[in-house]
Amino acid sequence: MLSTLIWLPVCGGVVILLFGDRTIGDRMLRLDRWFALGVSAATFVIGVLLYSRFDTTTPAMQFVERVPWVSTFQIEYFLGVDGFSTPLILLTALLTPLVVIAGWDVIKDRPAQYFASFLILEGLLIGVFCSVDALLFYVFWEAMLIPMFIIIGVWGGERRVYATIKFFLYTFLGSVLMLVALIYLYSQAGTYSILDFHQLPLSLTEQILIFLAFLIAFAVKVPMWPVHTWLPDAHVEAPTGGSVILAAVLLKMGGYGFVRFSLPVAPDASQLLAGLMISLSLIAVVYIGFVALVQKDMKKLIAYSSIAHMGFVTLGFFIAWGILDQTGSVVGISMGITGGMVQMVSHGLISGALFLCVGVLYDRLHSRQISDYGGVVNTMPVFAVFMVLFALANAGLPGTSGFVGEFLVILASFKASFWYAFFAGTTLILGAAYTLWMVKRTIFGAVANEGVAALHDVNFRETVVLTVIAVFVLGLGLWPAPLVDLMTPTVDNLVAHITQSKL
Amino acid sequence: METIYLAIPLAPLAAAIIAGLFGRMIGRSGTHWITIIAVALSFALSVLVLQDQLVTDRVFNGSVYTWMVVDGVNMEIGFLIDRLSALMMVVVTFVSFMVHVYTVGYMHDDPGYQRFFCYISLFTFAMLMLVMANNFLQLFFGWEAVGLVSYLLIGFWYTRPTAIVANLKAFLVNRVGDFGFLLGIATLLFFTGSLDYVEVFATAESLQNQYIEVFAGIPWSAVSVACILLFVGAMGKSAQMPLHVWLPDSMEGPTPISALIHAATMVTAGVFMVARMSPLFEYSEAALSVVLVVGATTALLTGLLGIVQNDIKRIIAYSTLSQLGYMTVALGSSAYAAGIFHLTTHAFFKALLFLAAGSVILALHHEQDIRRMGGLKKYLPITYWTFLAGALALIGFPGTAGFFSKDALIEAVGYSTTPGASYAFVCVVAGVFVTALYTFRMFFLVFHGQERIDEDARQHLHESPWVVTLPLILLAIPSLLIGWPTIGPLLFGDYFGSSLAVLQQHDVLRQLGTGFPGALGFLEHALMSPAVYLAAAGLFVAWYLYLRNPDIVPALQRRFSHLYKLLLNKYYLDDFNDKVFARGSLAIGDMFWRVGDDAVIDGVFVDGSGRLIGWVSGVLSRFQTGYLYGYAFAMVIGLCALTGWMLLSG
Repeated sequence: MLSTLIWLPVCGGVVILLFGDRTIGDRMLRLDRWFALGVSAATFVIGVLLYSRFDTTTPAMQFVERVPWVSTFQIEYFLGVDGFSTPLILLTALLTPLVVIAGWDVIKDRPAQYFASFLILEGLLIGVFCSVDALLFYVFWEAMLIPMFIIIGVWGGERRVYATIKFFLYTFLGSVLMLVALIYLYSQAGTYSILDFHQLPLSLTEQILIFLAFLIAFAVKVPMWPVHTWLPDAHVEAPTGGSVILAAVLLKMGGYGFVRFSLPVAPDASQLLAGLMISLSLIAVVYIGFVALVQKDMKKLIAYSSIAHMGFVTLGFFIAWGILDQTGSVVGISMGITGGMVQMVSHGLISGALFLCVGVLYDRLHSRQISDYGGVVNTMPVFAVFMVLFALANAGLPGTSGFVGEFLVILASFKASFWYAFFAGTTLILGAAYTLWMVKRTIFGAVANEGVAALHDVNFRETVVLTVIAVFVLGLGLWPAPLVDLMTPTVDNLVAHITQSKL
Repeated sequence: METIYLAIPLAPLAAAIIAGLFGRMIGRSGTHWITIIAVALSFALSVLVLQDQLVTDRVFNGSVYTWMVVDGVNMEIGFLIDRLSALMMVVVTFVSFMVHVYTVGYMHDDPGYQRFFCYISLFTFAMLMLVMANNFLQLFFGWEAVGLVSYLLIGFWYTRPTAIVANLKAFLVNRVGDFGFLLGIATLLFFTGSLDYVEVFATAESLQNQYIEVFAGIPWSAVSVACILLFVGAMGKSAQMPLHVWLPDSMEGPTPISALIHAATMVTAGVFMVARMSPLFEYSEAALSVVLVVGATTALLTGLLGIVQNDIKRIIAYSTLSQLGYMTVALGSSAYAAGIFHLTTHAFFKALLFLAAGSVILALHHEQDIRRMGGLKKYLPITYWTFLAGALALIGFPGTAGFFSKDALIEAVGYSTTPGASYAFVCVVAGVFVTALYTFRMFFLVFHGQERIDEDARQHLHESPWVVTLPLILLAIPSLLIGWPTIGPLLFGDYFGSSLAVLQQHDVLRQLGTGFPGALGFLEHALMSPAVYLAAAGLFVAWYLYLRNPDIVPALQRRFSHLYKLLLNKYYLDDFNDKVFARGSLAIGDMFWRVGDDAVIDGVFVDGSGRLIGWVSGVLSRFQTGYLYGYAFAMVIGLCALTGWMLLSG
């Protein structure tokens, strides 16, 4: 089942690449996007099947597929999912069809390759989340960059080369160090199985070095302050679909890396460096919150908001040791980690939706500048409803998914320190300020200019995309139990594992 | 009974969804019928629940569904129905019902008719969830949800620049309060491990002896920290100084919601919350003292601002602030029942005043400046008499509902021994004079004296339609009479039973009620206290200055020009917030962005390392073939160096 999830979209993408470009003319083109939609929808259906068969009572890897790959180095084709990977796989499988629909009429330049890139990207991302073999993980991790570079580099904006190189510089530096760490772990464990890495006894020095090597890779992806500056540029230059996947799924690879590698492999180093990690997370929340406030470009604003929201993910993970130091008890740790995980899923939905909303506006007026809009509600009332809804979700309004993760993380961080909760809590004010101020300047008010006056409201296609996400944002906000139950055993297992010193 | 509990909030929710999604399809009358029937049903069922409470006194505490379970903490959506929530439900649904009916007339010509009904029904749902909650999670849900609807409704006329500034301001100031509120909830979860009211309250006494060091080395009692943080939330929602600044601006919204949300119900959520948390607040002298002082300051200072305003809605808004201060003072002196009693009577007479003001505004084609009114008595008889009823209740004219609640409250403060009580007593007593002054200044300028109306407006001047006047009459009745039957059981009887907790040594109402002679006796007794005479004096001064001898007013303004300017500028709080918080945040953001991100991280590190790599590879490429791509080459070097280093150290 997992192989199908990975290779169905990849093969679909290859098929489009091979045959999509051959004939010219509208009829063939239509077939391409229908084909892309069919493949990604089928992938989503398999994802739903995965969800329905997923056993929520065990932390063990499920749907395991394990065959030798490169026997000389004990590299295996080893797939499996648990409570951390399943939600992210579902998120990927949900968003890709929506991205395909969002690009339907919009992409005029080389559409076949565009849709193919997203399908391949989807498969590779799912591969990252399914891999239990570290080298397989690394292969997917690196391979997924290629379609992403292409998406930004080919369909991107004017400064796409600068953005791509910056993105490349950051992520490659991190990946290389991660590879070193993985090879070292292999040399100690004699296998590439991540599960074996978890059990590996390591000295504190080893743990610290491994932790730091992983940290650079994952921190860049999340992204954490101060290695975040690639994200606003990448978002601004990326096409709408690229931004959606970038914000919704790609960033989650960083957070996923922390719970899959850093925490369980190097728990003592995590404990030692937790103070640093918590500080960086809080800087992300507060500092980036202020930076988001002064942005003039909508995409940049949402990009900065993403960094601030992802700060809650890392805060939720590393607050574990703050709680342990402060109270000497494990109560509250799983709340923080669950909060971080929920925040990842929710942020995926909300930031994706917001980028889609900006895309809707950009397709019409070809501007992302806040000052070029004003009074959009007058000409696009239906769109305004969606935009305001997602903006409020971004501001963490209860009843939307945006609230759940932040709420849990703030509650958990209080157990470590009043001030952690205090600084994390400032997002209530800052998040509302930058998001709703943007809404005020773009959506509300009188019609600002002729461009806005000529806008036409969202069409059926756009409505479908935004409605689907809205249903999930509200659904998870009103009843997050299904998502939380999915990961509870895995989270509890992780808590038991990381609170046990390896020394 | 459980089904009824569920139906009460769900009816308006369903109506809101129908009005929101299918409003265009079912048309204007379809929309208002559906929402009105839903809220009427909700009201009828609430009355049934209240009656059931009166008869059986059976507290219902049950869960509707489990939101999530995490870390052993049960987070649920559930109801706690006792006499406190039952009373609140009746007040909320009754005022909401009246406002729904009134809206049919008031919003008649508005293109956003269906949207408006959708919002006010949604508000009713959110407010009901707030008062019916049995746990802190749902309380916070309701708390933020009413804030959301308030945001949407203040900005209802979204093309007005002032409206969309006001709603952003309201949301952000409320968020400052919610920030404290959330930390308060976190404090309680930390110490009690639960979000459920009953479980948290059960540990209240022991919380006194647990300490938290917010600042290292200074242990504070956990219950005090929790209560003060929760009260910060109440300060936002119930607009206590200095978080009151959003309420006057919220008058940018349509008048029906000023009555429903910004007078009768939402802004009293903070008062309700503190009363609900009385089992906690009772164990914190410090928190009670903070509540008392903040409330008293708000009661007096915002009342003074009402005297210099000229917009009819803003005057009532400042009066709301002041009255909220009164309720808060009652809470601070442990007279929770008096706070809730004043909340109830205030809901009636303040909703009445707003709706009556709306009727005036409607008659004058959306003129709100009282300097362009005057002599309206003969044109708007029903509005006139109902407005008078509301005004008398507001100033506490003997026998009206406002009299009973306010007078009891003032006396209770007099008995209180909480630190700050004597300051509070002075404030609330002085506030009585101020209240009477601004209320009747408005009343005389609007309805009596010279007509200062536009000739154009006078042509069309006539009494409002029945959908507007009927709610006025229905609200005037309780504004005048509700005090008589309720003061006994509510304040001195056992109406609230176990739903409000008061420690023996704080029980000012019991002291006040010893030998309570009934409503009539209370009235006689009150005639010997200063409050009634201060109110009369205020009324007299208003009459003298604004009807009898209006020429004095400009002279007074000149004579006390500094004070006048201070009041006109609202103590310069708006300017302060704007200059310090709004512009300060933008300056900080700009600095972080341009200096932190652009200059240091990107300028020095990212582009710097790019340049460095370029330079290194440039040097190295002389020794090499020169074909290697700079970055990749540097990567390989780095990889080798690190692997080597790791192998050596490992």
